[in-house]
Amino acid sequence: MLLRIREMLLKEFVQILRDPRMRFMLVVPLIVQIFLYGYAANYDVNRVPLAILDLDHSQESRDLISRFEASRYFIVVADLTNPDQIVDVIDRSEVVLTIQILPGFAQKLHDRRTAPVEAVLDGTDSNTALIALGYVNEIGRKFALGYRDHYLSRVSPGLLVAMPSVALEQRPWFNTHLESQWFFVPGTIGLMMMLIVMTMTAFTIVREREIGTLEQIMVTPIRSYEFILGKSIPNFILALAQMAMIALIGILWFQVPFRGSLGVLLLGSVLYLLSVLAIGLLISTVSSTQQQALVTSFFIVLPASILSGFSFPISSMPTVLQGLTYLDPVRYYLVVVRGIFLKGIGLDILWPQMLAMALLGSILLTLSVVRFKSSLE
Amino acid sequence: MALARKEAIQIWRDPRALLIILTMPILLMALLGYGVNLDQNHTPLCVFDREGNQQSQNLLKLFASNQYFETRQNLTSYEDLIDSLDAGRCTLGIVISNRFSKGLHEGRELGVQGVVDASNDNTANLITGYARQVIEGYSDSVQADYLRLHGITSGLEPVSFEVRTWFNDDLDSRNYVVPGVVAIVMAVIGTFLTSLTIARERERGTMEQLLAAPVSPLELICGKIVPFFVIGMIDALICIGLTIWWFGIPFRGDFALLLFATALFLMTVLLMGLLISTIAHNQFAASQFAVLLTFLPSYLLSGFVFPVDQMPRWLQIVSHTVPALYYVTALKGIFLKGVGLSVIGGQLAALTLCSLAFFFLTLYSFRRTLD
Repeated sequence: MLLRIREMLLKEFVQILRDPRMRFMLVVPLIVQIFLYGYAANYDVNRVPLAILDLDHSQESRDLISRFEASRYFIVVADLTNPDQIVDVIDRSEVVLTIQILPGFAQKLHDRRTAPVEAVLDGTDSNTALIALGYVNEIGRKFALGYRDHYLSRVSPGLLVAMPSVALEQRPWFNTHLESQWFFVPGTIGLMMMLIVMTMTAFTIVREREIGTLEQIMVTPIRSYEFILGKSIPNFILALAQMAMIALIGILWFQVPFRGSLGVLLLGSVLYLLSVLAIGLLISTVSSTQQQALVTSFFIVLPASILSGFSFPISSMPTVLQGLTYLDPVRYYLVVVRGIFLKGIGLDILWPQMLAMALLGSILLTLSVVRFKSSLE
Repeated sequence: MALARKEAIQIWRDPRALLIILTMPILLMALLGYGVNLDQNHTPLCVFDREGNQQSQNLLKLFASNQYFETRQNLTSYEDLIDSLDAGRCTLGIVISNRFSKGLHEGRELGVQGVVDASNDNTANLITGYARQVIEGYSDSVQADYLRLHGITSGLEPVSFEVRTWFNDDLDSRNYVVPGVVAIVMAVIGTFLTSLTIARERERGTMEQLLAAPVSPLELICGKIVPFFVIGMIDALICIGLTIWWFGIPFRGDFALLLFATALFLMTVLLMGLLISTIAHNQFAASQFAVLLTFLPSYLLSGFVFPVDQMPRWLQIVSHTVPALYYVTALKGIFLKGVGLSVIGGQLAALTLCSLAFFFLTLYSFRRTLD
């Protein structure tokens, strides 16, 4: 039996690796992708484009504006001269935010009344808008407190000294600099590997079937599970090597900290690849043409990546969908890679994820062997 | 036209593929429409109040009544806090020092520690923002009380910011993301529909027959595109219909313009698929190209969730080679902002350019096959 599998492995490896185009396809797109997506997947909000309409032209209004100019979160791209322009710059998405300082701003400040500042925020990109809103309020509050304290220091400096204040001391753990890349690069690795492994495996059996070589193989003494093993082991080994390559790029180039153990990461990756490979195989056994296999695999890949927690937090999903995410191997793997990379946690915490991937993988593999057998009869 | 009919019959004969092609948008829209949510409500919160008197409890009450937080645990030691964060039982831990009220009384600058699980940095950013707002609100009211006590009653709030949010009043992330889902579904389906067609003819050996038949490459391309264009438009209408009527995403623009943009984008992706198909040697290679060029680029580089203007400059240039970028921009503009041709004309021109480029490349590559 081992001999037969070995022969088949040899044949598969030769078939994949002798083609220079195939060798190219295995390495180059992967590297290009990790560089592109490593930079693309990012929720950081800096340099939000801003337009300013200053109708007061006072020392005070210029002081407020200079605070926006100095902030690294905003970049002033336009100075408007009349309120009608606001609609236009926002419609054209030239700016996300406009700040409008009305006439009489400085006068109200001097009179110790509340001076209103109007802002229009483009809420289309809700995430950017939400974060920008926070920054606006922060700058506004600092300006207001600064003005108040300036006044107090003139009328009764003693009061200022003994005034209590409370502030948040922010302690972000695991990702002290709040680097988006640290969060997304490990996830991107998982997503890319699923895509590659699933679509490659989905083609294996159905391809032989469509070309007509499946019959030839079936008349040889090879058993169906041996055939499936022979088909999937090369993909599996190649995928593991590809994964090691992009993980290395993540660590060396993107400087994602690696805090956990290599052994646990290896175990997690093996189980993960096993489960996505099993899904691919199952697709291949239930498809009769390659077109069907391709369409079906995307039927799985799209939801699997959305439900994985890669870009959308699972805790914000409705309960039914949260239930569905438990069927998604990517979900478990993302917890594993992010946990190992950023938190440095080990098997004592990650065992449920490992177990889930192992279970999913073995159930699906068994299913595809059974399905393959019955399709031959 | 006979070719188009042949192609249509071929699609019709494979009911499963057809079923998948028609049900896929519904399922995907349902999953994506419900699953896509960036909002952070009810963040699990742990508090470690080392003092436990009136003042510190007042601050914690502000957290308890805030919609963004849900107090899960009252802890009694720092170790418990570490455990809770490690195990993911809470995302934010608030620690109040045991000299809190004394410090307030003496007029010190006090710090309240907010320990946040930052492994998801976006969530962490939002959560610290909310926590800061709560604490600053508390600080402001403490200061106002203090100043009033000392006879200063005016000018306590020198400036107020009145922020009006346009297009998406509640900053609901669903409004932002769901229209883009249409683009992802279309990009994937569109390219997949055509990417295997020529490669299949080649693999099965029917390509020679087709080439020997008295049809010009132009007719061949049209014959391959038309049936899939019809299917693709049906898919698009299903997606758009679900977006508007099922998910209730505000639609403020011109429906005809939306249809036009959709048809243009569909044409682009179908032609891209066809180009892949003529270049690739077999269906497997074609599928690998299609996978590579559709899903992740339209997911990550199109501005679907990750804003393009936040990317490094060189990557922004790369993003502009992804047709989905133009369609996503147009979709979001038409849906939420209700903008017209004057604003998204550039996007439509870019899509036209892309499809023309794909068309001529396909034509060229066909001609080469013929010779």
